[in-house]
Amino acid sequence: MQTVKMVVTGPFSAGKTQFIQSVSEIDVVATERKISSEDERSVKNATTVAMDFGRITVDQDLVLYLFGTPGQKRFDFMWEILSEGMLGFIVMVDSTRPETFREARSILETFRAYAPTPFVVAANKQDREDAWDLEDMGHALRLDKHTKLLPCVATEKDSVKTVLLELLYSILSEIDGK
Amino acid sequence: MALRGNLRDFTITQLLNLINLASKTGTLVIDGVSEQAHVSFREGKLAYARIGKEDGNLASVLYKSNKINANQYKAIIERAGQMSDKELGLLLINAGYVSREDILLNLQSYFTDQLRRLFTWVEGIFRFENELLPPEDRINVRLDLENIIIEGSRQLRELEQLQDEIPSLDMALKFTERPLTNVNLSVDEWKVVKFVDPKNSMRLIARTNKLSEVEIRRIVYGLLQAGLVELVRPTDAPMPQSAKPLAPQEIEEKKSLVNKLIGRIRSL
Repeated sequence: MQTVKMVVTGPFSAGKTQFIQSVSEIDVVATERKISSEDERSVKNATTVAMDFGRITVDQDLVLYLFGTPGQKRFDFMWEILSEGMLGFIVMVDSTRPETFREARSILETFRAYAPTPFVVAANKQDREDAWDLEDMGHALRLDKHTKLLPCVATEKDSVKTVLLELLYSILSEIDGK
Repeated sequence: MALRGNLRDFTITQLLNLINLASKTGTLVIDGVSEQAHVSFREGKLAYARIGKEDGNLASVLYKSNKINANQYKAIIERAGQMSDKELGLLLINAGYVSREDILLNLQSYFTDQLRRLFTWVEGIFRFENELLPPEDRINVRLDLENIIIEGSRQLRELEQLQDEIPSLDMALKFTERPLTNVNLSVDEWKVVKFVDPKNSMRLIARTNKLSEVEIRRIVYGLLQAGLVELVRPTDAPMPQSAKPLAPQEIEEKKSLVNKLIGRIRSL
């Protein structure tokens, strides 16, 4: 059986675990722990400390694994391990929390340095009123015009599917040398 | 126990704080990446500082701060080369070229600047020599460290932010499509811009221009913010296994695999 891996990364509370949960055929193997920091607890109650793990079986011989990285910087030693051998990666960004954009940029650069694999940026929570426009986010994240910045709602399966498909199209283009 | 260690574990700010609190007397010697620094203290106050080959003699300090002109500086070097700074200072005061306050203020400013430069050092081995006092032929100052420490802490926060923005100096830079016209750049910025090329990592550019990690990060951050450059992977960087060119058969296999994945995701 062949297995392939995609990594879902991004800052703390960007929606990585939810993204994987929306499409995984198994309950996500989450390594969430109760948050001890008061500042972070005001955003959510539990966070990923090692990785999330979701699975999509393609056929008898092929399985896609989705790995979610821990968002907090103090767990960044995990990132390089998780990025090894990945087909591509998705950077999740919470469109309603501009204070995390700088960190998202930093994570993006770090992953690009680990492996020159294709990636897309998913602007999560685009269904919220206070979500930033994609164009503004693109500038804030300093994305070049070739980088795909996709609207996303991690709780909606179709939205997550679109992001995954766009990443796969990018991978296909890269193989074709476009 | 000797006070010695690595700046990676113990920052300059922490060191100065310790020297200040313990009212230490002696010299902090730091072997940096490309230079050595000597900073002397008396009872926890800054007395003297020099980095690398710049010995900070009185004549050069006064010349750099425009207190004496080029001819006067040349004459001092020729005629009073063997004189100690204390003797030279007295001579200049008596001759009416400078006042005592001029000398002290300019030396204080020079030593503080030297110390500020140290805040940008993140690598280096340090040791505190209790027995090593400032050179006797130099004029010592007596500067409280508190303000310098506060400023250093500010710089440290800036460094942390810059590291967040530009986590790795092993990345290279390339120009964006925005034309580089009508842009006012400083000398240091031009030095960096001159080497912007996907072949050159930021670490290489810093080394070539003798810029510290903080200095190169600060300049690159400015250029990034202005949209003039973007970060790219250096073209000559070793490619990870997965990025090595694929054989034609492998390409077809990989395409088939990705197409299978696309089909499956669509059907979810």
